Amino acid sequence: MTTVRFIGVGEPKPKRSLRLPLKLVSYIQATPLTLILGAFLLLPLLMIVTVSFWDYDFAQMYPDFVTFNYTETLGSWVTWKTYLNTLKFAFLVWAITLFIGFWVAYFLAFHIRTAAMQMVLFLVCTVPFLTSNIIRMISWIPVLGRNGLINSGLIHAGLVSEPVEWLLYSDFAVVLAMVHLYTLFMVTPIFNTLMRIDKSLVEAARDAGASSVQVLTNVILPLAKPGMAIGTIFVVTLVMADFSTVQVMSGGQSASVALMMKNQMSLLQYPAAAANAVVLLVLVLLMVAGILRIVDIRKEL
Amino acid sequence: MTKAAEIDIASVSKVYGTTTAVHSISLKIPAGSYCCLLGPSGCGKTTTLRMIAGHETITSGDVLLGNKNVTDLAPAERGTAMMFQSYALFPHLDLVDNVAFSLKMKGVDKETRRAKALDMLKLMQLDAYATRRPAQLSGGQQQRVALARALITDPEALLLDEPLSALDPFLKVRMRAELKKLQTSLGITFVHVTHSQEEAMALADLVVVMNDGRIEQAAPPRTVFERPATAFVARFMGDHNVISGRVTEVSEGRLTLAVAAGASFSAPADTAEIGAPADIAIRTDRVQVGVDAADGYGFTGTINNIEYRGSSVKLAVNGAGIEDFTAILSDKVFFANPVKVGEAIQLSWNAEDVIVLGRPS
Repeated sequence: MTTVRFIGVGEPKPKRSLRLPLKLVSYIQATPLTLILGAFLLLPLLMIVTVSFWDYDFAQMYPDFVTFNYTETLGSWVTWKTYLNTLKFAFLVWAITLFIGFWVAYFLAFHIRTAAMQMVLFLVCTVPFLTSNIIRMISWIPVLGRNGLINSGLIHAGLVSEPVEWLLYSDFAVVLAMVHLYTLFMVTPIFNTLMRIDKSLVEAARDAGASSVQVLTNVILPLAKPGMAIGTIFVVTLVMADFSTVQVMSGGQSASVALMMKNQMSLLQYPAAAANAVVLLVLVLLMVAGILRIVDIRKEL
Repeated sequence: MTKAAEIDIASVSKVYGTTTAVHSISLKIPAGSYCCLLGPSGCGKTTTLRMIAGHETITSGDVLLGNKNVTDLAPAERGTAMMFQSYALFPHLDLVDNVAFSLKMKGVDKETRRAKALDMLKLMQLDAYATRRPAQLSGGQQQRVALARALITDPEALLLDEPLSALDPFLKVRMRAELKKLQTSLGITFVHVTHSQEEAMALADLVVVMNDGRIEQAAPPRTVFERPATAFVARFMGDHNVISGRVTEVSEGRLTLAVAAGASFSAPADTAEIGAPADIAIRTDRVQVGVDAADGYGFTGTINNIEYRGSSVKLAVNGAGIEDFTAILSDKVFFANPVKVGEAIQLSWNAEDVIVLGRPS
């Protein structure tokens, strides 16, 4: 049954009686995220920072306030070498993924005419990511190995007489695998930024006499900077925290900070690993702050 | 003051795959004139402009700019400058760098180009905002920046793609006046694409009415309004009643047109083919009410709608097989003898207010 209600006639609709102060409503709305971030981010961080000041021996940790975990970490030449090595990986992978990522995104955004085709090709880029990191990494081994695809191909073609040794279990293999793993993190944000560039800007630049290179350097690259910055943050933080790729692809011959921490933990040196983690965290945060200093990414978010 | 160039479009066509956007049009735009390409969306006017600018390849035909064939030249080599519909200002550059962009591309050193750009901004009264980014400006200011950026290349012709469409109605009228003033003072050729007949009549020396990739009429605005060439032009320009029918008789300098419902109207004409379809147009403001009509120059109908418009009143009348025949009466005439919706009314007009329209070939 429907009832007809004439406007202005009879009892007005009851107003909702629950009235909370506006301030309280905002706090209640912010509570779930605060709880999640507090429980799963802040609390663990605080624990790591706390533990990093504790004492330990081969079997146990002792609550204390000692700084030798830091002095040992920062005073050791091995630590510095490992950090430098990790930074080297980060730089190489960043440079290569930025180069590949920009051109892939540029091709998708400016040379594919239909939006449908753009989406299809972009999805094709993401297909490898439907498999796990480890599988994608390990699948390089039969390609690069001593008797792998490339080496046997080269030997059959008569180009080399001995298998090329540096293809697998080397820094080259580590960088190659990381580039393979992380390029999409560069493509996606850059593609997103490039798609937002008004195509008439390119025409306006051409109208003003800009050559293709000038259009690229004066219009597209400056406008793509926020996307590049976001991609850089993704790739740099991922590479800085990576241990499995370094371990598998270098065959244990190369080290990274995260790998060092993993080794310390397997030796039950938790406070040392915690101190290392804090140093790494500070370093990565400084790098991200540096990137945000250079490029304003607020427009992208 | 500057070299203005005549633009000569010689049987230019544009074909996209299987659809033809522009059908072999020819047009001469005199040097130093203000030309408006007018038409509904999808009529090919923007495509035509972009072909003149060089942002669209020409399928066949030639574009000449001041006796120089520019058909295969790059946009910047043509001596034209284009102002884009959304202005296309570079969001990452301040106003000075936006305006100086083309000089930078040419390799002019920083001091010179910035000085020149500042002069240009001063001309546009924007020097106070020189270090701002485009996003910090209002629509009218952005338009002036776009103008400054286009004019700094010292072009022979300025091509404007719907320059006023992004502005609010009040600003539109003001910027319209500024555009006309600028064109007069620079003396260069302006080609302006618009879908507003009001804008075209206010600005143009030459109005080019386009429809479906063809030019329907290219003439001064007064001619286009007073003697529209085709039924499309009469309808698009507005303020005309178009009556379509078949010619039944031609005699003594007048033809008789029979509409489908049986009524017939007269129009002055020397020759016409008996039985051929024809259109005539009657200006809405030349229609008289309550005056007995001479034979074939009026009809009786019922009032369908009345709109009060301040200084005038618009009547829509149905009758004699014609729907929504419009009569614009001055408020004085209307209120001296007011009528109501549904009443019968006698409409009439003078023989010289009837225009026989041509048919597009």
